[in-house]
Amino acid sequence: MDATDLICVTAAGLYCAVGDFHIDPWRPVKRALITHAHGDHLRAGSERYYLAESGAALARQRLPPDAALVPLAYGEPVHFGTACVTLHPAGHILGSSQIQIQHGDRTWVVSGDYKRDADPTCEPFAVLPCDVFISEATFALPAYQWTDTPRVAREILHWWVTNRARGCASVLFAYSLGKAQRVLAELARLTDDRVYVHGAVASMVDIYRQRGIAMLPTKPAASLEAGAYAEALIVAPPSAAGSPWMRRFGEHRTGFCSGWMRVRGDRRRRGYDRGFVLSDHADWPSLLRTFRETGAGRILLTHGYTDAMCRYLREQGVDAAPLRTEYGAEE
Amino acid sequence: MRRFAELFESLDTTTSTRAKIDAMSGYFRSAPPEDAAWAVYVLIGRRLKRSVGPAQLKTWLLEESHLPDWLVEETVGSVGDLAESIALLVPSAVGAVDAGGAAVDLPLSEWFESRILPLADQSVEERRRHIVDWWHALSYRECFLVNKLLTGALRVGVSRSLVTRALAEALDQPRVQIERALIGAWNPSAGFWEALTLNQGNLHVAQPYPFFLASPLDGDMQRLGERGRWAAEWKWDGIRGQIVRRGGVATLWSRGEEVITDRFPEIIAAAAALPDGTVLDGEVLAWRDDRVLPFAHLQQRIGRRKLNAKLLREIPVRFVAYDLLECSGVDWRPRPLRERRAALQDLLFGGGEVLTVSPLIPGATWDALAVARGEARGRGVEGVMLKDWDSPYGTGRQRGAWWKWKVEPFVFDGVLLYAAPGHGRRSNLYTDYTFGVWNGATLVPVAKAYSGLTDLEIQSLDRWIRSHTKEKFGTVRSVEPCQVFELAYEGIASSGRHKSGIALRFPRILRWRIDKPAAEADSLANLEQVLASSAHGA
Repeated sequence: MDATDLICVTAAGLYCAVGDFHIDPWRPVKRALITHAHGDHLRAGSERYYLAESGAALARQRLPPDAALVPLAYGEPVHFGTACVTLHPAGHILGSSQIQIQHGDRTWVVSGDYKRDADPTCEPFAVLPCDVFISEATFALPAYQWTDTPRVAREILHWWVTNRARGCASVLFAYSLGKAQRVLAELARLTDDRVYVHGAVASMVDIYRQRGIAMLPTKPAASLEAGAYAEALIVAPPSAAGSPWMRRFGEHRTGFCSGWMRVRGDRRRRGYDRGFVLSDHADWPSLLRTFRETGAGRILLTHGYTDAMCRYLREQGVDAAPLRTEYGAEE
Repeated sequence: MRRFAELFESLDTTTSTRAKIDAMSGYFRSAPPEDAAWAVYVLIGRRLKRSVGPAQLKTWLLEESHLPDWLVEETVGSVGDLAESIALLVPSAVGAVDAGGAAVDLPLSEWFESRILPLADQSVEERRRHIVDWWHALSYRECFLVNKLLTGALRVGVSRSLVTRALAEALDQPRVQIERALIGAWNPSAGFWEALTLNQGNLHVAQPYPFFLASPLDGDMQRLGERGRWAAEWKWDGIRGQIVRRGGVATLWSRGEEVITDRFPEIIAAAAALPDGTVLDGEVLAWRDDRVLPFAHLQQRIGRRKLNAKLLREIPVRFVAYDLLECSGVDWRPRPLRERRAALQDLLFGGGEVLTVSPLIPGATWDALAVARGEARGRGVEGVMLKDWDSPYGTGRQRGAWWKWKVEPFVFDGVLLYAAPGHGRRSNLYTDYTFGVWNGATLVPVAKAYSGLTDLEIQSLDRWIRSHTKEKFGTVRSVEPCQVFELAYEGIASSGRHKSGIALRFPRILRWRIDKPAAEADSLANLEQVLASSAHGA
């Protein structure tokens, strides 16, 4: 990589030498700038965490109690060494940020995970003109194109109502931070009914509520007698699938909310009855649109289908390269 | 089509057997007869003769998607299903509409009869125009379905027996009756459906019976009780078939329910001597110099477009009969095996070499049978079969009356060389593996295998493959040669079509040998030795 690059990959993660800080490091470092609170981006052990103020409570929940957090407002410039850093919304989950780094006349942006679709639970993605855009590529294949969210929300509601009519519970799997709250917020536009939530989802729902985000009323999934769930919608993390925890629901159908559900084989392999195509990542057209809108002359890709996207961009005359990071393909 | 698409959706969005049966029986009760007949045809896995192949569709997809070829390849590889990839990549409409903008819904039977079947008589250009028009006009779901119907395989997680259960419920008829009617050749039509509902089925003159299948035995003979209760035969490795001799004509059916009469004229000639109203169950085998030949020989008889005198001379065949299903026009399946077998022996006694009875394996004890099984490989058979002397001839794989006790497979240790993405539920995972063995200092590919690993192992191996890729050739990746697997196979033959010079029969993975370094994998010489010592390698 170019010796004058503002950001490079080290053993600990993405590193900015002129500012002496890391972004979403996978090993403990002195100063960690955090794009969002998902486990593969926020790891314990660093001395100090800088992150968007709206995501601070989520990070506090996920880090050890003594972790040092420095909340920053979106758009507020902060100086690290000779670099000027500003956080801007990424539209991925509550408090998710893109990290803009300015040094001399150069501007680099690290996207973290992001999406362009509307989401009532977080601030919308901001387009930041830059020289180099470091992007995710989780769904960087043309097969991945999302349907609009209100339609998916109606599909979920219709599924719930149909199951209810048959007298069986609906267990909807969604990542406990972000996706679960987005589903509850989207459904709140269509119904007022109560939803039962897994403990991992509940603690995140509380934090979202404290931020004033409107969602369906929820109750802990453990609050009913076993077998009394015949008409309920239960939201749980995918890790709960197939666990003894599921037994209490009696006869039930399962659904999974994820961009991966765009491909039928993926859903069938995971054994869910229904797949709902709902992602917190950018789909193929959104990735391309974002690259175009930033005006970046160079695109670096951190995780996902990086090879395919790089080759495609290069064939379009765009300077693109993959970065070897340890971010995951989970949503 | 909309009704069928809804049925597909219901079947595809549940893992519950009960829900699937309900969805199908609901459809069968409410759909027009000709649609119901076509739905049965598709659901039990019948395929039309294809007028466009996947390669052709892929070419058109490349043209219509406006994406680079390699990216389409990569996407199809990742999605693991061409029909689905087309629906995902070709910009499609909300749904078909007529000139006035109203939604058009062509019945399923119309789709087949006035759209898909006529493709056969069209030029390539016409086919392309029609199919590409459909892609653009149809909604995602319909586009996916039409592509599936075009390419022939609609896998929606219903087995044939599930379809017959749903039919039995919808038509209020015994399942055996339904099973019987669905065997063999029939045309999906309102007439067929009517016959089915009136319990007349489609019992044409050459109608075979559903095959009875054996379940694998793990070797615990104690459960089976007295040896004397069981008939023991060799498990022949050929083509399971039925000879139906009715109305003055003999027809040979394969277990895949195809008529293979014209492949085996000598068997048909011999069957002409059978009395009318006879149905035999048995195995077609290549047979020369008083020995059965390996399966590869039989494949030549099936594979050639035209049989010539040379092939007939070099690879003679015979039909080794197991059972008598129909005698003098009467269905004998309910009678005990003891009785059927005695009649079979009387029937074929002195009838020449081409039609013979599968011999019984002597020996009064289980130990003696185990010894005989040990000789199976030398005889060119796959093991032994055990059949309850008192049992009727059942349908499908009903456990208890018939058991197969196969010989242990051959095994070798191979090194993973290449991986390609799988299909269907294994889409987006590298699950199609090529393994090699040492030939001097290089590894030469000898086997492809897809099965044998657990889901967890597949996921872990997939991650390893992605991070240890040496080169990519389209969707295939070569990997660093360091993962060793123990593979099983059923037989070995020399082959001019394979670089290694050998072909393995039914290779599959037994274990991931994490403990073994690549250097300790098997060599080609080891496999060649097995080839040389196997009693009659090709």
